[in-house]
Amino acid sequence: MRRAALINELKQIVGERYVLSEKEDVIVYEQDGSILQVMPEIVVLPGNVEQVSAVVRAARRENIPIVPRGSGTGLAGGAVPAEGGVVLSLARMNRILDIDLENRVAIVEPGVINLDITKAVAKHGFFYGPDPSSQAACSIGGNVANNSGGPHTLAYGVTTNHVLGVEAVLSDGRVVRLGGSVPDTPGYDLCGIFVGSEGTMGIVTKVEVRLMRAREAVRTLLAIFDRMDSATRTVVEITAAGIIPAALEMMDRLTIEAVEKGNPVGYPGDAAAVLLIELEGVREHTEQAATLVQAICSRNGAREVRVAQSEAERQLLWKGRKEAFGSMGVLAPNYYVQDGVVPRSRLPEIMREVAEISGRFSLRIANVFHAGDGNLHPNILFDMRTPGELDRVIEAGAAILKACVAAGGSITGEHGIGLEKKAYIGLMFSEEDLEAMARVRSAFDPDSCFNPAKLFPTPITCGEIRRNQANLPAGLWI
Amino acid sequence: MTQTADSLTSNKPNAALDIPELYQCVHCGLCLNSCPTYRVLHLEPESPRGRIHLVRAAAEGRIEPNERFADHLYLCLMCRACETACPSGVHYGRIAEAAREILGPPGPPLARAIEKFAFTQLLPSPRILRMIARLLRFYQRSGVQRLVRRLLPAGLQEMEAMLPPIPERFFQPPSELLPAIGERRARVAMLSGCVMSLLFTDINEATVRVLRRNGCDVLIPSAQGCCGALNIHNGETKMAKVMARRNIDAFLDIGVGAIVVNAAGCGAAMKEYGHLLRDDPAYREKAQRFGQLVKDASEFLAGLGLFHPPGRIEMTVTYQDPCHLAHGQKVRAQPRTLLAAIPGLRLVEMNGSDRCCGSAGIYNLTQPEMSQELLTEKMASVAETAAEAVVAPNPGCMLQLRYGVRRHGPHVKVLHLMDLLDQSYKAPDSGA
Repeated sequence: MRRAALINELKQIVGERYVLSEKEDVIVYEQDGSILQVMPEIVVLPGNVEQVSAVVRAARRENIPIVPRGSGTGLAGGAVPAEGGVVLSLARMNRILDIDLENRVAIVEPGVINLDITKAVAKHGFFYGPDPSSQAACSIGGNVANNSGGPHTLAYGVTTNHVLGVEAVLSDGRVVRLGGSVPDTPGYDLCGIFVGSEGTMGIVTKVEVRLMRAREAVRTLLAIFDRMDSATRTVVEITAAGIIPAALEMMDRLTIEAVEKGNPVGYPGDAAAVLLIELEGVREHTEQAATLVQAICSRNGAREVRVAQSEAERQLLWKGRKEAFGSMGVLAPNYYVQDGVVPRSRLPEIMREVAEISGRFSLRIANVFHAGDGNLHPNILFDMRTPGELDRVIEAGAAILKACVAAGGSITGEHGIGLEKKAYIGLMFSEEDLEAMARVRSAFDPDSCFNPAKLFPTPITCGEIRRNQANLPAGLWI
Repeated sequence: MTQTADSLTSNKPNAALDIPELYQCVHCGLCLNSCPTYRVLHLEPESPRGRIHLVRAAAEGRIEPNERFADHLYLCLMCRACETACPSGVHYGRIAEAAREILGPPGPPLARAIEKFAFTQLLPSPRILRMIARLLRFYQRSGVQRLVRRLLPAGLQEMEAMLPPIPERFFQPPSELLPAIGERRARVAMLSGCVMSLLFTDINEATVRVLRRNGCDVLIPSAQGCCGALNIHNGETKMAKVMARRNIDAFLDIGVGAIVVNAAGCGAAMKEYGHLLRDDPAYREKAQRFGQLVKDASEFLAGLGLFHPPGRIEMTVTYQDPCHLAHGQKVRAQPRTLLAAIPGLRLVEMNGSDRCCGSAGIYNLTQPEMSQELLTEKMASVAETAAEAVVAPNPGCMLQLRYGVRRHGPHVKVLHLMDLLDQSYKAPDSGA
């Protein structure tokens, strides 16, 4: 009864209430925002770094995998315990520990919700830059793990550009501090290595983030197009004109339909595509850029360009965009989202290719994505209950990713590799590349106990493989 | 298609739980932080997404709808804040109601028996309810209460303390039709409500006065009864359907343009009679029509437009969105519009005004710990506003907030919106 002994030990560490082991509890942790499912054996929710360290030591002694989880909003199965084991949820560690406006730094625990940082500093005229669409729910720890982006990545960069330092628990239970509160520290950028490591190197227990000053002026435009081609050409022209919007987002007809049926915000239902364009900076510059962008939109056949007249109107335009993924449920019971990237000059052709793939596989695909970055999010709609449909979905997804790589792009922009895309990482990296990455990982987690069977195409396992637990769509494994 | 270990287990799929609403949830997690119980515990089985996942697993036969399952489903307040947050428009309430229907009322066997009795014998009978209220009134006034309070164990003392004072008289309209004062603009019916007519006589009377002053003929059919909301929320739908049919018969064909309800929980349940009676061929269509007639008092009055300018009330208030008004009926702007129409009244919004106060029907009795936690947080938010009164147009919220005032402070008044409007019409400068 080693399991029972371990459960007892964990309860002693974090308290009875915060260790879950009954099936009616742990089953809830078998899935994140993706479609993959594997049930953990134990879920534990530590409340501070000492408890995290003690939990890691206990699980390591039993040679059981440890899978960190934030809010479970990830889209690549990163928080799904591929080999069972212990899911270590950081949801309780959600305190903002320090806000230092003079130095523009905040120190937060990993379970803090992304948007809550901005809420805490907004009244002083500051904000936290990276804004994943799930920012009302996703945690900073999860953002660090996936090096998350968001609509404003175009102007501000991704999470790694906003994290100055982390505190982490390593596989032997040691607590280390990487990076620091100043923008540059000497030596290897170990903090930079940790950001985007998808929970495979250690458990982040504290994050030092950069705060940014709110801009003087913001203009938000909704450009409405009757043809997808006109919209994609507009994106290429805006960036070619030397304008860098804070955000440049696209939604197609199917996405608009989902948003309007779910939680309507007033997008035009008959448009082929809309561009949500945000410009910001000093007032004069913003006004000038907005005029230029409007002209480019019209020249490329925009039927109408709406300009948000108030902050409330602006928030509403963004609400639709941010909730677009979540609204896919009104169109189909399941969606499988890809995260491919292409150079933005190739947008028109890749969107034609996505449409062609949709036709070829007889699958509806809703597109909502960071057009300014060339970061696609084709949502392939389906019903898991229809026999054979998932196989087609996976094939269609692979076809899209291959097309992205062939166009000189990448298989993921911001969602991470996780469990879902590890089969495709070979499209981008050679054996030697992957081996080098594995060696880096080993420096932190020599036995691959943190989030095993992720990122790398061949399972690097810890303890016995618990395949019989898997409820995974076939074909996503290598 | 999928490899699954669970196919090895022998649980059978549960068809009664396999409702279409389940398949609209794409597991995005945007509901998590809207959920009061998740915000307190940070455990996903105590979140909307988690509970939907559990119901779906039970529908598929992957888990049993056992006691543990019931604990998760009944720690839910049914506040439906998740429905407001959900981008896919998932009707969480219907999923939870379906699960509770399978489970039956919450708690240990004795509590379940008491609840069952209350839901099937007491609530449907206005006469018995009245009798109980009279007994309670005697208990409170005769000195027995003081004696009992000294003898009760701590846990029960807490529960006893929640008991509100029973008013001198109950709501008893002098006739079924109370005519408009001045020019007639509408003909409406009003729900007396079970709790409202016994514990909030003054608010029911105030509502009638406000409606009449705004040119409404008010019909109060005596054949009406309790709306059945408590039954529906606690897994007792059989009697709920009987009660719904009785109200449909009492209200539907009396030629009114609206059925006005001043209790948010009742209004939400009555608007959804169509769903409750979806499998009843004789009542399905009637229930739909009935649902469309139901209007919250604030929704109705804001839509009609105030006929007389209200009089001045110098007061700072804060507004608590009743869950079943904001989330259940999507009525948020109208009560605020009416408050803004009262000269001199200043509205200071509290933090999280649309977060549940922990009342949630009988939740404060069945889940006292979580209920207290939410109430403490709520009273702190009220205190931050420095308001003199909190306006909460729903009896459950009002009872809970009044209890909160007694227990935690701040010492604010707890008012119904109709209370305020009625007071303002009595002010000397009122146009009424």
